[in-house]
Amino acid sequence: MLRFIIIRLLLLIPVLLGLLLMTFVLLGLAEGDPAAAIAGDNATPEQIQRIREELGIDKPVIAQFGAYVVNVVQGDFGVSAYSNRAVGADIAQRLPATLELTFVSLLIAAVLGIGFGTLAALWRNSVFDYLVRIVSVAGLAMASFWIAIMLQLLFSMQLDLLPLRGRLPSGMEAPAVLTGSYLLDSLLTGRIDAFVQSLRHILLPALTISLGGIATIARFTRSAVVTTLQTEYTTYEEAAGFPRRRIVFPYALRNSLVTPVTQIGLLFGAFISSAVAVEAVFDWPGIGSYLVQAIFNSDFQAVLAVTLVIGAVYGLVNIAVDLAHALLDRRVAERL
Amino acid sequence: MLIFRKLLQDVPAVIGLLILIFATLIAIFPELLVDNLVAANRGNILLRLQPPGVDHWFGTDDLGRDLFARVVLGTRSAIIMAVVVVLAAMVIGVPLGLVAGYFDGVVSGFIMRVTDVVLAVPQLILAIAIAQILGKGQESAMIALAATYWPFFTRTVYSEARRVRSQLFIEALEGLGASRFRIMAFHILPNVAAPVLIRATVGMGFTILTAAVLGFLGVGATPPSPDWGLAISEGRKYLPEFWWYATFPGLAILLLVLGFNLLGDGLRDLVDPKLRRSR
Repeated sequence: MLRFIIIRLLLLIPVLLGLLLMTFVLLGLAEGDPAAAIAGDNATPEQIQRIREELGIDKPVIAQFGAYVVNVVQGDFGVSAYSNRAVGADIAQRLPATLELTFVSLLIAAVLGIGFGTLAALWRNSVFDYLVRIVSVAGLAMASFWIAIMLQLLFSMQLDLLPLRGRLPSGMEAPAVLTGSYLLDSLLTGRIDAFVQSLRHILLPALTISLGGIATIARFTRSAVVTTLQTEYTTYEEAAGFPRRRIVFPYALRNSLVTPVTQIGLLFGAFISSAVAVEAVFDWPGIGSYLVQAIFNSDFQAVLAVTLVIGAVYGLVNIAVDLAHALLDRRVAERL
Repeated sequence: MLIFRKLLQDVPAVIGLLILIFATLIAIFPELLVDNLVAANRGNILLRLQPPGVDHWFGTDDLGRDLFARVVLGTRSAIIMAVVVVLAAMVIGVPLGLVAGYFDGVVSGFIMRVTDVVLAVPQLILAIAIAQILGKGQESAMIALAATYWPFFTRTVYSEARRVRSQLFIEALEGLGASRFRIMAFHILPNVAAPVLIRATVGMGFTILTAAVLGFLGVGATPPSPDWGLAISEGRKYLPEFWWYATFPGLAILLLVLGFNLLGDGLRDLVDPKLRRSR
């Protein structure tokens, strides 16, 4: 098992290096010249040239890339050409916000998705089953930024139940940084007020992101549970007089969860994608909104670093999914 | 056609098909639904932000243009984007997948490593970057989406081609001296067509969603295009009072993507009964 983790981690390195090279070349081709952007409209060619040298972008692309990789390995992501702040520090500050949002979304999607899917399978062809099916098909067809706006319109603007934007009300002091997640930090430091507020703030964006996930997981859970309930061992358990509850929870569900768990991993990528737009709608200070800003400002260093971080997180999640697989299914574990 | 008759028995798939036929019709002939196409592009400032009513079914936007007419016109650009992007991605991705799946060696290894790299981040992130680099506009959004979607086809075709390649009939063809091109194009390709077709159908819905995000973020279509994503981002400024402006373009996206997804599900059920919904 340990060997498997190490090999997978090593295999991730060339992929990330390739990703970095591709983004690097792509951004190098970009028309937006960061030096010209910094220098402003009235700069002379000499001034622009001097800034180019300061930024090190007067050398050939391969040399620049080599220098960049060496810096990244040492943990230095460079300085943003736009804000003059260290990109690494910006990301370290913003990544926890996105991770918190994504994990809460995954939690909502997993709990509701598995719950609805199992119930739909148990009450197959009932009204509830059809309802789950219709909602899950629609859930996959909605643009996440649109549903975000609709939820804002309903819950924040019309009903005034939940806050419109941000992670905390303006003026409220953030809890001391332990994990970077406001929900965990406020609990650990005993700030109940901050916990309640951050929970209220995360609810709408997390629900928005999880909608597509609830739909996917519910569907896969339903079809897996239906299949499991038709196996011979379930029939045997029924014949032996096991109560329905015992058949479903320990036996059928565990055997059915392998496919949905794979889906949860695949969803992670979808969630990060929708986080980009949803963070923009809710003013969530994560790396999604940071990336959008950086792309619009032709902020070379920031785009590179965020792409790399997202690629790394994405790769790690995929490894975690395979491990979860092994925990649910001993046969998979033996093959690792 | 047995397979077609079977598809017609699947009620959700037929609904999806009907939605798509309807959307294609109004994309080609918008005048079927809108009497006055000029009003969609020429505003009347006296009529700005009118609520939905008899004269304006979906209300009017901030420039007094009829929102219903604009949503109908937006169908055309959404469908064109979906079809062009997915076709372009197929043209790039399918041959690469065939080559990588049929041959062993450096080239096939290289192709699959490149797809790994492109798939190492969510599609949207690379697409925003490329679209921004190419400059605003619908064309650059299409290029960006196609350039980031082809690996999905390569992956699909690759794994299917690997499966087919080890079968006896391919070996027999090789023994008979069939050329590699002939084997790939006439014998492997038809065997991988079904999953590619399903991926393409679902991919069109997916592309409409991603294109809408690009439009919403401002790297896709530019005003005065009736693009749905763009309309939502413009309408957002007038919430909550003028709710219809952001609501109806989003419903249009929902309906069209629903059509693609329902049809895609129906096709998948035909090919892969393992995931059949109503068992």
